[in-house]
Amino acid sequence: MAVATKTIKFIAVLVLALSSFSVFAEGGDQDEKGNLIDSPEEIKEYIAHHLKDSHDFHLYTDNASGKHWGFSLPVIVWTKDGLKTFMSSAFHHDDQGKVVVEKGNARLVKLHSKIYELEAGAATVNFDESHHATNAHKVLDFSITKSVFGMLLAGLLMLLGFGALARSYKNGKSIPTGFGRVLEPLVIYVRDDIAKPNIGEKKYRKFMGFLLTVFFFIWILNLLGLTPLGFNVTGQIAVTACLAIFTMVIYMFSGSKDFWAHTLWMPGVPVILRPVLAVIELVGFVLIKPFSLLVRLFANMTAGHFVVMSLIALMITMKKSFGVVGSTGMSLVLALFITVIELLVAFLQAFIFTMLSSLFIGMAVEEHDHH
Amino acid sequence: METLINDFSVGLFFMQAFILLILILLMRKFAWKPILDALQNREDGIKNALDSAEKAKLEMQNLQADNLKLLNDARAEREAMLKEARDMKNKMIDDAKVEAQTQANSIIAQAQAAIESEKKSAMAELKNHVAGLSVDIAEKVVREELANKDKQLALVDSLLAEATLN
Repeated sequence: MAVATKTIKFIAVLVLALSSFSVFAEGGDQDEKGNLIDSPEEIKEYIAHHLKDSHDFHLYTDNASGKHWGFSLPVIVWTKDGLKTFMSSAFHHDDQGKVVVEKGNARLVKLHSKIYELEAGAATVNFDESHHATNAHKVLDFSITKSVFGMLLAGLLMLLGFGALARSYKNGKSIPTGFGRVLEPLVIYVRDDIAKPNIGEKKYRKFMGFLLTVFFFIWILNLLGLTPLGFNVTGQIAVTACLAIFTMVIYMFSGSKDFWAHTLWMPGVPVILRPVLAVIELVGFVLIKPFSLLVRLFANMTAGHFVVMSLIALMITMKKSFGVVGSTGMSLVLALFITVIELLVAFLQAFIFTMLSSLFIGMAVEEHDHH
Repeated sequence: METLINDFSVGLFFMQAFILLILILLMRKFAWKPILDALQNREDGIKNALDSAEKAKLEMQNLQADNLKLLNDARAEREAMLKEARDMKNKMIDDAKVEAQTQANSIIAQAQAAIESEKKSAMAELKNHVAGLSVDIAEKVVREELANKDKQLALVDSLLAEATLN
């Protein structure tokens, strides 16, 4: 019980910290009308912007004064001049590469949610016809972006929640109390319905750490994506790629002798075909399977965010044809419907990722007792 | 595709890898291992408890069967004992009856024999007595009768006549 109260207090503090917004200075890219997002092009751009990772939390823009409400996050970049750290508020919410931040010898701009370093001697960014920067290059960006922040938050929640569950067992009680009662069946679910059937009773234990972590990590991040905070962590291809590569590394390194025998020198087929099959199998395990994992999660989450945002935007785009009440009502009903489905998808994608990971691991560790 | 590759942030990838790795290690140490161990222990405990309950049930059944058998045995033994006792009683009664009968018979026979002998002796005594009486009477009569000689002779004759008739 004491643990639970402590956790609640901690979360309360966290929420308080998050809600103490700082006000950005006036943005550089305001147009005269106060930057209302009310045309299809602007909406499209807004959605595209949301789907990308971002260096600050943007919650609200005051149209009259052009002030942005939200809070900035630390930027950590590796430039030619070495490691640079500063708060993203230094960019003044500019995303067009207009505000140049000078840190030592490095000149940095933010362009389409990416941080570029200007070439030596350049003072502003030059663009070619397709709006690509010609005199700047991307830097290695280790910033605590919105996605990284989301991951840290999810990790913290997991450590707190499951740590509390683990501690509740240590007190000699074998039955958890409070929130642990919700978490325990989920752990049992992952163990009994995902890991055991796919990996097998004997070997599943070794992979539980990865599978459980990945399952709850993806699920929590998917759910965070449904909150109005605007996380889209599992819709970042780098994140899903990393998850998929973890799975790949794990099953490649835990492959049994049988697995390698079957992959590299398939028994039961003509010898001539064996090298061909080996190439196909290897490509399948090294590239295709992780790729399917990463694209599935990325595409589902991105599409979900895209659809929900588009449906919310219906209330603006359809205002002309259906009137204010009609378009708002339609948008509300449809967005609600899709959000409920997204709630399901959030679980489903976490489940599918974990399921397929354990399936691939199961394939790798399987031992054939025939021949 | 180009946008996708453009959107791929190497920094984010490394941050994610770093965070995920740390998270997996931390979660394994502080959450999954104790949780899974506790679950395993609990399941083993439940399994053992169920097994032992099953065993106890089986034992109980065996015990009950044993008890029933014992009970049946005891009942049969009691029946047998009762039957034996009843038989013995009957036999004893019969024996007693027979013995009593023979005893009675022998007593009766003795009594009869005694009666017979008593009767005989009584008869003999009576005969003697009657004979004595007869002799006395006869003496007296004879004395009276034989007061004169004629009468004595006549009597002797008549007696003789009678005696030959016997």
